[in-house]
Amino acid sequence: MSPELLAAIASLVAVLAVAAVLWRELRPRVLLGPAEHRSTYRILHRITLASPPLRAGLAPGASRAVKHLHALTGSAALALADSERLLAWSGAGESHQHHVPTGEQVSETRVLGPDLVACREDSCPLRYAVTAPLTTSDLQVGAVTAYATGAPPAGLVRAVEEIADFISGQLDLAELESSRAELAEADLRALRAQISPHFIYNSLGAIASYIRTDPEHARELLLEFADFTRYSFRRHGEFTTLAEELKSIEHYLTLEQARFAGRLRVTLRIAPEVLGVVVPFLCLQPLVENAVQHGLEGQPRGGQITIVAEDVGNEAHLSIEDDGAGMDPQTLRHQLGGAPGDRVGLANVDERLRATFGEEYGLVVETAVGAGSKVSLRVPKFHPGVHVA
Amino acid sequence: MNPTAGLLAVLLVAISTALLGIVGVRAARTTSDFYVASRTVSPWWNASAISGEYLSAASFLGVAGLILAYGADMLWFGVGYTAGYLLLLVLVAAPLRRSGAYTLPDFAELRLESQVLRKVASAGVVTIGWLYLLPQLHAAGITLRTITGTPAWVGPVAVAAVVLVSVLAGGMRAITFVQAFQYWLKVTAIAIPAIVLVLVWRADGSPEITSEGPATFTETTTVEVAAPVELEVAEPLLVHAEGTLDGDAVSGEVTLPAGGVQVGTGTELTFAEDAPVPHAQGLRAVDGPGWTYPMSSGTPYALYTTYSLIIALFLGTMGLPHVLVRFYTNPDGRAARRTTVTVLAMLGVFYLFPTIYGGLGRLYAPELLLTGRTEAVVLLLPSAMLGAGSTAGQVLTVLVTAGAFAAFLSTASGLTVSVAGVLSQDVLNRRISSPVTAFRVGTVLALLVPTLLALGGLDLAIADVVGLAFAVAASTFCPLLLLGIWWRRLTDAGAMAGLVVGGGAATAAVGATIMLGSSTGLPGALLAQPAAWTVPLAFITMVVVSLLTPGRRPRGLWRTMVRLHTPEDVPLDRGPWDPERRFRR
Repeated sequence: MSPELLAAIASLVAVLAVAAVLWRELRPRVLLGPAEHRSTYRILHRITLASPPLRAGLAPGASRAVKHLHALTGSAALALADSERLLAWSGAGESHQHHVPTGEQVSETRVLGPDLVACREDSCPLRYAVTAPLTTSDLQVGAVTAYATGAPPAGLVRAVEEIADFISGQLDLAELESSRAELAEADLRALRAQISPHFIYNSLGAIASYIRTDPEHARELLLEFADFTRYSFRRHGEFTTLAEELKSIEHYLTLEQARFAGRLRVTLRIAPEVLGVVVPFLCLQPLVENAVQHGLEGQPRGGQITIVAEDVGNEAHLSIEDDGAGMDPQTLRHQLGGAPGDRVGLANVDERLRATFGEEYGLVVETAVGAGSKVSLRVPKFHPGVHVA
Repeated sequence: MNPTAGLLAVLLVAISTALLGIVGVRAARTTSDFYVASRTVSPWWNASAISGEYLSAASFLGVAGLILAYGADMLWFGVGYTAGYLLLLVLVAAPLRRSGAYTLPDFAELRLESQVLRKVASAGVVTIGWLYLLPQLHAAGITLRTITGTPAWVGPVAVAAVVLVSVLAGGMRAITFVQAFQYWLKVTAIAIPAIVLVLVWRADGSPEITSEGPATFTETTTVEVAAPVELEVAEPLLVHAEGTLDGDAVSGEVTLPAGGVQVGTGTELTFAEDAPVPHAQGLRAVDGPGWTYPMSSGTPYALYTTYSLIIALFLGTMGLPHVLVRFYTNPDGRAARRTTVTVLAMLGVFYLFPTIYGGLGRLYAPELLLTGRTEAVVLLLPSAMLGAGSTAGQVLTVLVTAGAFAAFLSTASGLTVSVAGVLSQDVLNRRISSPVTAFRVGTVLALLVPTLLALGGLDLAIADVVGLAFAVAASTFCPLLLLGIWWRRLTDAGAMAGLVVGGGAATAAVGATIMLGSSTGLPGALLAQPAAWTVPLAFITMVVVSLLTPGRRPRGLWRTMVRLHTPEDVPLDRGPWDPERRFRR
């Protein structure tokens, strides 16, 4: 092949790659087809733009959504209020901002006439208004009001009702999301509280057994125990670094080794590059605890635990492997799916990983009865909003 | 030169790199080395790794070749590659580490809260990565051809294959240790031969490097021209020629007329002792004492070109995709600063040596000026000075070959991982659901385009193309990082306009230079060294557009700024602000 040809091919590949990306980004803006498609697209696009600000709930940021919704109604002005006061105004007649209907005052869709709407300023054109309540879970949380210069046509009334329904839907989603976050936090609290009963009991028992024979070792173990509990019970922060999490595991395993009396072998293979990666608090410790309690406990020979952290491009890949009892994949699937069982730690970590990084970042468990088990997870090195407090 | 020895060196480096990758991962598996703290990388190791990844083909081969041809002006390359780190240390390193942003697109998204800007930044990273990979592969071609006589396409393909296999097989997972090893390999490979060669030069009676007039052959020399070349002959010159001159077959004594002479492939030219060395066309090499003076090359607009180069190198380092990533291996900001200082020292030591090769090359390998392959000086000098047949010459040649190959491998794999990461995360993730597959496809893509370009025979000086990559980086990510970190009025619209204008202008200039070849006059200088006008252009665009769009300042601006600028150990509520929560599901 001649050099020129190869150069041409290479340039072509590069140009095509760039063009493909541009095409993907710009296509909806360029290629719209016939007029009805264009108007459908415009309306849907407005709605798409209006959705994200509303997803944060009824907050001042909602003004960005109101601008787009105003354009959809074609009314003279559009106002959004929460239960007590105005949040956002778009359009003419700012003087009306001080007496906008709020959630407390509006319980159903109503048309307000000049007697209620008109203001003293002569220049102000607003005479009529259509107002509709916003509801989430059957609670009135706000109101949306469209202003008009003349008597509002039936179409506008219907449009305002639809918009109120749309906003209510978005607010439901916002509530769902915040309750999901609260749930994750509650999960974390629950996990912290339930980590320990038998671990604490077992550890203290093991320490006690050393107090006579090897007081120095007992003292060391007690300090490890103190460090472990301090980390596990800390109050603040949803995230921590992998290094911190591994240190906690180190304390935990030192205590377990005392109990297993040398029958527990541990191998760590940690790429130093990923020690600084931010991970959800207590995302590994329950997995190690699971491997020890369900995999190795009751094995007369004890067993081997291998903890691996690898550096793979923009992600860190972690895995915890044991050569213990293993379990039936079907049973495990049921337990991770929410069925009652004693693998709460595993399900909890899985849930929190998905909630933090997205659905594709759940746990992967490879196991079979008698074949040990291996739990793997992936953590992106950077994820917006995920950082150590 | 014995091809077997050369191949041996290449194989040795490839195998030892792969082994170290595997052993480094397997190392410390016993329970005795159980403690996490013992796994953190010390600043010394980390600095070795950063230097190892950073010292590319341009540093190992290109700088010496440029010094050989153009003299003192080219010392700026060594200075600039190093000083770029100083700016990185002072202005960017600590805030960026605090931000938690892992790549440049991450930083763009974090600071300006715009997905579209993230896409544009990704495109920039990929462009710069490809532009920087190209000369690494090209240099591999030169090296293998020089040492083993293989066709030019073997080198790029071999390096691309080794990098592809090692990245896909996970051999780069112990990357810090591999790269640290590569640094010490490179320093050894360039320093020991340099010291030996200086001793040989002393034993030779320390001949003057900058004698009057053009470089001359110190003994009767036969040069075989491997690729067609046009020579610039200053005065008619009697040579013995076998092959084709100006299209005519010749055999025997001929006089090269003054002016341009076309020499065909495979032609053997034998020059008498003390004959002046004709230069390859377009290699406006510097002759005589002027070689040691700055800006004496006689190229028009030398002052502009020099300053433009300085700006590109000083400001471009921070925009290279594979540079920032390494800082995250430091456990904290303090270690990051100590690492950077050590890097400065390590790079400073390394860049002493290419100068030696360039200077001695004028005396002992002047025929490189004739063939135009001045980049090969580091590879050829040992056998030229010690005799191709001598054991010492062979051993040193094997050593420099190993060093050169380490240079291609380490920089190319670091770049490939960075580019593949960006490609898989921002371009392929919506098409390929499995992130592992996406990363693999990204790796293949990251290597495919520069390999095709390198095979396409784009025949440019290594250090030139690297300089152009630096110019694009300096015109895009330098303003984004500096303004993003230090100027709170920057908006996404401003950053986007700056990236597009600065990056577009620099890329257009680079593209024009690569596709059309260098032209003359002021436009030629402006296109060949665009940084001096594209960098200010990018800054001005960002500032002006940002000031025009004050409404687009990101909502989390203050939170982000507090996070960037407050030292990690200050207890402070950095807040639950999550700018992208609304985009999630």
